[in-house]
Amino acid sequence: MSKALLSANALTCIREDRILFDQLSFDILPGDLIQIEGPNGAGKTSLLRILAGLSRPYDGCVEYAGKNIERDREGYYENLLYIGHLAGVKGELTAQENLDFNLQMHGDHCDNIEAALSEVKLTGFEDALASHLSAGQNRRIALARLWQSEVKVWILDEPFTAIDKAGVSELETLFVQHIDNGGTVIFTSHQDLQIGAQRLKRITLDYNFY
Amino acid sequence: MTHSISYWKTFSNVLRRDLKVAVRNKGDIFNPLVFFVIVITLFPLGIGSDSQVLTRIAPGIIWVAALLSALLSLERLFKNDYNDGSLEQMLLSPQPLFIMVFAKVLAHWVLTGIPIIIIAPLLAVLLHLEEAAYGALIITLLLGTPILSLIGAVGVALTVGIKKGGVLLSLLVLPLYIPVLIFATGAIEAAALAMPYAGHLAIIAALLTGAITLTPFAIGAALRVSTN
Repeated sequence: MSKALLSANALTCIREDRILFDQLSFDILPGDLIQIEGPNGAGKTSLLRILAGLSRPYDGCVEYAGKNIERDREGYYENLLYIGHLAGVKGELTAQENLDFNLQMHGDHCDNIEAALSEVKLTGFEDALASHLSAGQNRRIALARLWQSEVKVWILDEPFTAIDKAGVSELETLFVQHIDNGGTVIFTSHQDLQIGAQRLKRITLDYNFY
Repeated sequence: MTHSISYWKTFSNVLRRDLKVAVRNKGDIFNPLVFFVIVITLFPLGIGSDSQVLTRIAPGIIWVAALLSALLSLERLFKNDYNDGSLEQMLLSPQPLFIMVFAKVLAHWVLTGIPIIIIAPLLAVLLHLEEAAYGALIITLLLGTPILSLIGAVGVALTVGIKKGGVLLSLLVLPLYIPVLIFATGAIEAAALAMPYAGHLAIIAALLTGAITLTPFAIGAALRVSTN
């Protein structure tokens, strides 16, 4: 028995008659910080969505702690935090209401929303409607969950989009803390990590023409 | 480890959030209602004030208008959530999907079904509905409009990923609305003739029970397919 937290078994993904990746297998251990790289259209988001169980691979399967994620969705989702391209923040709700709802639906602690929002520099914007905030601030509302989360697996699609430099380095520090605590972070980004670069593992997807 | 919350809490969280979003987005509540009122008021203007003709067609007009206004408001159910990513987050929640879906559909019914039920008796006056039929009108709407929301939600869940899914949605959903339409108008007509209409109501209630128990699972499965 391997101790892999998450393992991809021979994943194949086909989009628009193009094979994005074929028979892709890897194991993700606790304490791994993994950056998925590749040119635009190489299938980074598709891979993350398959790992999160949002899309179904053409072939192969994803296992969490040795169990197929499609068989044990609830068990997997109790240990997964996924933030995609779209932030999942409702413009009609305030920053506080958004975070409160997102935390509750994923069973995270939600006693101290204001502290969580101050972590992402949104103090003073608690009662502002998200539609009145900037793109970066909306992103920060979504990312605020990371500071409250106790789950093992973080899957983040382009987490640094629209985030300023100080915010990026705070996120990087948080990633390192998370993997030190036995968690794992899988993310895509076109930027290079500054903090934690030596512990980074890379999965590179190529743009295939066949 | 995460702290799971009770089914009831999940349900009330989603319901409360959807109602809050709708209240801050007033057009969502008023558009279908205004549509319903306009369609019904146009009939007496177009047909003329011959009260016998109006009395004859009143049940059909009210129910067809309720059907179309439900269809008009359906897209709202998942489209915005799909566009801003909250639908994805809902699918990734460890809470059971059918509970969240059921809460969303209930919110939709509260916002579009209940206003129609309240205003329909007033509009029925315009159409000279038979006095004896008012009770049947309200009961059929009470039993029937939740079915419209539930069945419609399956259609929306299937078409939410498509850019222009509106036409497809009506093609999918309207045929499934026909049984409700037939038995609801049948009940109102029977009541107008002072005949028993409990049989019609029983069939609508059976449809409602079937819809409540089965559609939340179908909607959940359809959403997973749509976001694939």
